[in-house]
Amino acid sequence: MSYRVVHYINQFFAGIGGEEKADYRPEAREGVVGPGMALNAAMKGEAEIVGTVICGDSYFAENLASASAEILGMIKKFNPDAVIAGPAFNAGRYGTASGAVLEIVAKELSIPVVGGMYPENPGVELYRKSAYIAKTSDSARGMGPAVQGMAVLLLKQLNGEKIGSPDEEGYIERGLRVNVFLDKVGGERAAEMLAKKLRGEPYKTEYPMPVFDRVVPNPPIRDMKNAVIALVTSGGIVPKGNPDHIEASSASHYGEYSLAGVMTADEANYETAHGGYDPTYANKIPNRVLPVDVMRLLEKEGVFKKFHETFYTTVGNGTSVANAKKFGTEIVGKLKRDGVDAVIVTST
Amino acid sequence: MVHVCTIVPISLTVGANRIVPAVAIPHPLGDPSRTPEEEVQIRRKLVLKALKALGTEVHEQTVFTD
Repeated sequence: MSYRVVHYINQFFAGIGGEEKADYRPEAREGVVGPGMALNAAMKGEAEIVGTVICGDSYFAENLASASAEILGMIKKFNPDAVIAGPAFNAGRYGTASGAVLEIVAKELSIPVVGGMYPENPGVELYRKSAYIAKTSDSARGMGPAVQGMAVLLLKQLNGEKIGSPDEEGYIERGLRVNVFLDKVGGERAAEMLAKKLRGEPYKTEYPMPVFDRVVPNPPIRDMKNAVIALVTSGGIVPKGNPDHIEASSASHYGEYSLAGVMTADEANYETAHGGYDPTYANKIPNRVLPVDVMRLLEKEGVFKKFHETFYTTVGNGTSVANAKKFGTEIVGKLKRDGVDAVIVTST
Repeated sequence: MVHVCTIVPISLTVGANRIVPAVAIPHPLGDPSRTPEEEVQIRRKLVLKALKALGTEVHEQTVFTD
């Protein structure tokens, strides 16, 4: 008798469609769908996927609470012993959705859960405390090892086996502290670590300092009527033809374009380069992502003094955190140099 | 800086301090189910909300809902 597992996947891995189907409503199916087959194989009969729940990435992101509840209901009907979600690799909405599903299942059904994500997936930061998330590569090319890692973590939980450290077991650090007994007391270990440090020998910290990426909020703009406001977007709006070839995913650079004389971001002159959402609506009316028309209207009405003449754009889809930081720093430097007082950043 | 975006939890995670929830992922400042004129009004409201957020003092991450 093998354990009953329910698998959660998105519309893409279910073979339903790409971005144009990202609004797909939750659906339950018997047995395996898509990568569930590989997961089943990895679980070698000890556990079996008895049902699959599918949901579109955008539908879930835009209906977090109701979609979670609806999907929980569908999962319950299968009477599962465990739930597995993804692997989502570096897909942001998929990671967020699968993490949310695992969290609500763990909380409401108290059964083992497992996910699979690339460490930079936003779903990791949001849900790593709620579920074991196997560390995967950033794309579906890494499906093989991802599925293996997830299966092992799930089976260990189902069999009540002890799960070791993140390094040992291949999951992403959860930020949970576990008490262990060691041979030497803290004072001795600290002294030894200091001695190594002084001698220039390698040492390993017992507690990596947490990196909180937070900034102190800026003071508000007190004199909006005299302010210069700029637009920056991660939604990938570029001049028609994408002259600087900003990539649809994993952007390696950002674009800087003049808005001199431009009253609206229209279909004739602009498009989106972003490969991570259905581009139909943004291509038809680029103002829907980069609100040039309204900024011009408000500028004319004197709500603020000036709509900055340059906009900055990149594609946020799968962009590495390191690159995003680099782009942001450079863009801010230029905005400050040009006397901009505040920025509206739009994201899809 | 104010972040007009659809997936608010992600914006909170990456540390934006002023956040304005947008309409939907493929059209954060628009709504294809409405007429173009109605969309401009929706867009106006959102941008004005964003400007209001820029003019509001905050001491921690703040999501500006209605």
